[in-house]
Amino acid sequence: MNSEVVTANSVVCYHCGNDCNGEVVHLHDKPFCCSGCKMVFQILDDNELNTYYSLEDQPGISFKTSGSASKFDYLNDPQVRDRLVDFKNDTFVSVSFYIPNIHCTSCIWLLENLFKLDSGIIKSSVNFLKRELSISYEEDKTSLRSIVKLLASIGYEPELRLEKLDAQAPSHTNRKLWLKLGVAGFAFGNIMLFSFPEYLSGSSLNTQGSFYLFFGILNIILAIPVLLYSSSDYLKSAWAAVRQGNINLDVPISIGILSLFTRSVYEITAGIGAGYMDSLTGLVFFLLIGRLVQQKTYERLSFDRDYKSYLPISVTSLDENDEEHSKSIDQLKEGTRIVIRNNELVPADSVLLSEHTFVDYSFITGESEPVEVQEGETVYAGGKLVGAATEMRTVKEVSNSYLTKLWNDSAFDESSEKLTVSSLADRISPHFTLGVLAIAINAGILWWTVSTEMALTVFTAVLIIACPCALALSTPFTLGSALNIFARNGFFIKGIDVIERLANTTAIVFDKTGTLTKADHADVSFQGEALSDYERGLIQSVCKQSVHPLSRKIADHVNSSSPRKVENYEEKVNKGISATVDGKQLLIGSTDFISAYCENEPMQRSTSKGDFSVVHIAIDGHWKGWFEVANHYRTGIKKLLDSFRNRFSTFLLSGDNDAQKNQFTDYFNEPSLRFNQTPQQKLNFIKELQENNQRVVMIGDGLNDAGALKQSDFGIALTDNVSSFTPACDAIIDGSKLQRMDTFINFSQVSITIIKLSFGLSLIYNIVGLGFAVSGQLSPLVAAILMPLSSISIMIFTTCSTHYAAKKMGLQIWK
Amino acid sequence: MEVIFILIGCSLLVALLFLGLFFWSVRNGQYDDPHTPAIRILFDNKKSDTENNTTNPPKNTND
Repeated sequence: MNSEVVTANSVVCYHCGNDCNGEVVHLHDKPFCCSGCKMVFQILDDNELNTYYSLEDQPGISFKTSGSASKFDYLNDPQVRDRLVDFKNDTFVSVSFYIPNIHCTSCIWLLENLFKLDSGIIKSSVNFLKRELSISYEEDKTSLRSIVKLLASIGYEPELRLEKLDAQAPSHTNRKLWLKLGVAGFAFGNIMLFSFPEYLSGSSLNTQGSFYLFFGILNIILAIPVLLYSSSDYLKSAWAAVRQGNINLDVPISIGILSLFTRSVYEITAGIGAGYMDSLTGLVFFLLIGRLVQQKTYERLSFDRDYKSYLPISVTSLDENDEEHSKSIDQLKEGTRIVIRNNELVPADSVLLSEHTFVDYSFITGESEPVEVQEGETVYAGGKLVGAATEMRTVKEVSNSYLTKLWNDSAFDESSEKLTVSSLADRISPHFTLGVLAIAINAGILWWTVSTEMALTVFTAVLIIACPCALALSTPFTLGSALNIFARNGFFIKGIDVIERLANTTAIVFDKTGTLTKADHADVSFQGEALSDYERGLIQSVCKQSVHPLSRKIADHVNSSSPRKVENYEEKVNKGISATVDGKQLLIGSTDFISAYCENEPMQRSTSKGDFSVVHIAIDGHWKGWFEVANHYRTGIKKLLDSFRNRFSTFLLSGDNDAQKNQFTDYFNEPSLRFNQTPQQKLNFIKELQENNQRVVMIGDGLNDAGALKQSDFGIALTDNVSSFTPACDAIIDGSKLQRMDTFINFSQVSITIIKLSFGLSLIYNIVGLGFAVSGQLSPLVAAILMPLSSISIMIFTTCSTHYAAKKMGLQIWK
Repeated sequence: MEVIFILIGCSLLVALLFLGLFFWSVRNGQYDDPHTPAIRILFDNKKSDTENNTTNPPKNTND
């Protein structure tokens, strides 16, 4: 195997596959982009785990983005540990972790060979779809903390969150469904076999009474578990609906099931016919397949997260002797001194004890620039610290903090769940049921004149044949396929019942920071005299000192590898920076700031018009030129906004100030641009729209949108990494796929049309069947053919037409 | 023709056996994760000694 993958004169890291960007570390002739990657390779190499690299190319996880691994002390706390583990006895502990970094075959292989790295581990197994690793280990040989440390050291840091501490044991509802399906399938197959002689009406077996009765009784015995166990969900749901005076789709289904069973038992015991047990079990079997499709969810994605999953699980606290301890944050009391380091989150509202610091609230408020906080001022929970480690004292407990108050709004109250718009199938089922009952009774009365027995026969036949099996299948199969297609295109929807809400949308509300623009990304270009590499180094050294977002963007852009010592650094708020580097004086800042210093120099103003900020540069009093720093829109976003503007009412809600208002006036009407919005105001705005009969789709990314996402009819959380944190929502969209949002909405509308078409198709089947039933000719054979035929053809029709429609719209339909 | 009674009885017993096996496999968790075992079966590593000593029954059965 070629150990050094070289693509267009750049070296690719053997471990993580990232571009090494010049700083190559070598070991055994293999290139690595950083010492972290090299270290993992070394660990694996020493333990003969090299297969990791042969299963997939460069499978590793880059260490450049992950934090330090020296923070797991709280896992030694028995209380925390006991809440994390799944099962524990004297010697054995089993625990499962959610590890977002699991992404390929090599990951599974390595994680299942963990016992080679830690002899205390007995067994580790991966659930790839859930991104979950279950480990059982011996407590006297290793500890939870050392296992988590080991995982972090090889790049698979588990996500340990507060909500996990309170997690319920996973339920096995899916297993129950499989069992019910198994029972129904078993009975269906066997009854079909026993009924076979009946299908061949010329068979001599028909005339031999003892077989007739024998098969009939076997059929009854086989059908009883199907009625009592497999179909119990339908019967219960129908009964609950009837008791509340409603009619849902389960009511006609249950009527059908019950009349099939009673009529069959009557026919068999009275020796009149063979009964319809094959149709009954087949019906339940197909219905359960539909339900299985309906239950498909994306287990690795979490759609119901709240603030608890955003906050870290522990924090470093200080005791009276200034000694550092790790503390799980739900044990954090008021008045505890804590230490927060760069890029860590503040877990509870606190007062700053250090001199000053910067806090980035972008995830909470949407404000894109970090806020400066002085000693004695309050830092709100959820803010991310930017700068050196800082000491603070908590003033509130985690659950009473500013951030968590939003969750007290009624939108988050589970008991007052927003009125779910009933599905299409549920809306037509009352009409359908009443219609069927009317036909059955009329037909019965008409036949009454012939004979009472015939009247009953026809009455039950109508109820049987009109059982809306196909109707019940069309929704799960159409939307189930749609859900899969959406997922293949980077749009993950919570479940099939919410797709209809997406199709019915009339208004779309966007968040700004992080949704339309990328906060940590900018298009930077330099205008003026070309800068030498040396000068770029000077500029970068200075810009790196500042936490102003523009400085940071410029520092990222100039990208020079020769950092220098900065002296006389001075930053003037809203103006610029002056500093001395390598004996040269640098001025970086606004037009006015620079022009005040370089009076003799003719300064060129930026001539091009557009959506960007301008930062001028002067070195030793000579004006050099300016950087244009533009907001980085997500690709295709302008086109998307244009097309949405014609179809829906579009709105922009931003927690940021209105400095960038002009950039958006081309895409939104003036009154629909709202800035300086608090999370609560965003929520209220959505409510207002809904009161004006708008059906609102909200697209946002941060916790500041959490309320609006929850309140909206269809909340879409946008993320660049699908496994990372997203607030509670109805769907999660991959950031790069936002540009296709209009196609997604179109497709959801087409899916609803397909459902309507398949309703029509199933009605045709019903009418044909009713023809047989009303004329008193419904034989078990006709029922046994017609009912599976209608179910299967609906499954095929919906699946094929959904995929065909997706293909025509340019959506990816295969992996 | 009376032999049919016995044959049907036998066939039902066999079918019930399979239904029982299906129940066992579902309860054992084999339907919980349909994806990972398909990948895992491709690893041709030697079985280690430690794995045989497992007292905590493994959830997956095909390695």
